[in-house]
Amino acid sequence: MSMIGLYGKRLLPQFIALAIILGLVSIAFPGFFNLQIQNGRLYGSLIDILNRGAPVALLAIGMTVVIATKGIDLSVGAVMAICGAVAASAITSGYSLPATLLITVGVGVLCGLWNGILVAVLDIQPIIATLVLMVAGRGIAQMVTNGAILTFNDEGLIFIGSGSLFGLPMPVVIWITAGILVALLVRRTALGMLIEAVGVNRRASTLAGVSTPVLLIAAYVLSGLCASVAGIIAAADIRGADANNAGLWLELDAILAVVIGGTSLLGGRFSVAASLLGAMIIQSINTGILLSGFPPEFNLIIKAAIIVFILVLQSPKLQGTLAFFSRSNAAPKPAESKAK
Amino acid sequence: MKFIKALSCATVLAGCVFSGASAADMTVGFSQIGSESGWRAAETTVTKQEAEKRGIDLKFADAQQKQENQIKALRSFIAQGVDAIFVAPVVATGWDEVLGEAKDANIPVILLDRTVDADKSLYMTAVTSDLVHEGNVAGKWLVDTTAGKPCNVVELQGTTGSSPAIDRKKGFEEALKGHDNLKIVRSQTGDFTRTKGKEVMESFLKAENGGKNICALYAHNDDMAVGAIQAIKEAGLKPGTDILVVSIDAVPDIFQAMAAGEANATVELTPNMAGPAFDALAAFKKDGKEPPKWIQTESKLYTQADEPQKVYEAKKGLGY
Repeated sequence: MSMIGLYGKRLLPQFIALAIILGLVSIAFPGFFNLQIQNGRLYGSLIDILNRGAPVALLAIGMTVVIATKGIDLSVGAVMAICGAVAASAITSGYSLPATLLITVGVGVLCGLWNGILVAVLDIQPIIATLVLMVAGRGIAQMVTNGAILTFNDEGLIFIGSGSLFGLPMPVVIWITAGILVALLVRRTALGMLIEAVGVNRRASTLAGVSTPVLLIAAYVLSGLCASVAGIIAAADIRGADANNAGLWLELDAILAVVIGGTSLLGGRFSVAASLLGAMIIQSINTGILLSGFPPEFNLIIKAAIIVFILVLQSPKLQGTLAFFSRSNAAPKPAESKAK
Repeated sequence: MKFIKALSCATVLAGCVFSGASAADMTVGFSQIGSESGWRAAETTVTKQEAEKRGIDLKFADAQQKQENQIKALRSFIAQGVDAIFVAPVVATGWDEVLGEAKDANIPVILLDRTVDADKSLYMTAVTSDLVHEGNVAGKWLVDTTAGKPCNVVELQGTTGSSPAIDRKKGFEEALKGHDNLKIVRSQTGDFTRTKGKEVMESFLKAENGGKNICALYAHNDDMAVGAIQAIKEAGLKPGTDILVVSIDAVPDIFQAMAAGEANATVELTPNMAGPAFDALAAFKKDGKEPPKWIQTESKLYTQADEPQKVYEAKKGLGY
């Protein structure tokens, strides 16, 4: 089977789910697919989905790699808040834009390093290790902003949140670029396979000569890095750092995006592209609910119902059953459906 | 029993003799929820300022959003024998016991900003804002401003199910009743945050013909309005002129927007809950006059005519 065919098959369930959701939204809101150029950039609901989904998409990139190592990073939402706060306070205290970005990304890397060392060196379970920063992180962010929303007016920083490049909003350009870079990094080198090996069996990988601690730490650092970029975008978008609310519960959305993307929480095989599709599925649901005009009391119920539906469709049991029926229909070539 | 009562009365009287002459020698314990929002920080600042103004010794305890910390703080205030206790209760239930202890010690308790589900005899009074009234003031402003012209309103609600969201919606709708020119065409929750306010407003603009069908925005708090104003600008419309913006809370940033002509009106949720509480307390200590069980703070309307830049400067330092 060709490479593209293989990828296509891997991403097929996510594409179908996304198409169904977009179809449903366009029934509820006919102007959904309208795109126009306004102020030199594309403008429309589809662009909103790509744009608003940027933080979760970025978090999902890092989360995918962490989950592939059989870990989990609960701290990403709090790291977003910390980095947003750091960016805002750096720019308001007079640092230049490049310095601000460097400091902020550095803080994100430090957060990742902290998580990574707890997991890889001290051997603390990932869910507990990252819970520490999840709880403490928001407090740190509040300390940086003194509990208030720290606003800024630096055009350069604001551009990252609401400027546009090639007709696309900056956040969209950033997450797509980040996604491609990470996907290339893990798939064009042996890195991806090593990560999967660690996720499947850490002990065996170590014995086989993989430097497990370095890989694990690198995975959490990547996650911290992605969270810091997401934090910068979230703060730049509203021109202020909201320590209480920035990235609140987004760690759960990021994990959900990875799960919808079909990566197992037990580690091993992973797909960054599928997780990004998962993030877009989540955002399509969010935007769709807003456009459809349902009363807000229904938001969470609708979201939950759609997600349960997607997860049921992906469940191995159900796929096994479906495969069984399709096999009995198409009896002559049973080998085909086994390829999965 | 009677003897004990008489004795405790005597203690109170004695206390009055010693501290009643001026409020200056009074010690008041204040148990604050924590720093959950900018408004909360401003309330803390203003409370400290008001105490200083009156020469009252304020003992401040930050509960970090935990009721157990507040109960501990109250017990320590009682042990220290303060003259009065102010509490901004983090939750409504579970206060009976500790309030009873304060009552037994004859220390009056005043609730700030929120109320509790406890017997009214357990506290002296509650100083709060009327959330329904706030929504009502915002609605009235819109009714007066549109003056009978047809106007489609979009509403950014607070967190679904929270009492400010329910009450501010109710008050606004009551004000609009009987004015058929005003119609709420869309209403969604923006979770009281800037990010969600912006995101939801973006979808409102798309859904209502690029915003051309929208004449006014009502946001349950200023933060959502600030987010929505950015969304309106990015859609190529002028907030404040193309779309009227009215919101509630009166945080400093909305005054900046008002000074720039991008927001039209805001209803103040005053951070000065302590001022009226101190006044009631002083009156009580002076001649034993019990205040009413509920003291409503003023819900003041600010518009662009109220020198928003000046208000911004005045509010900026309060810690919002």
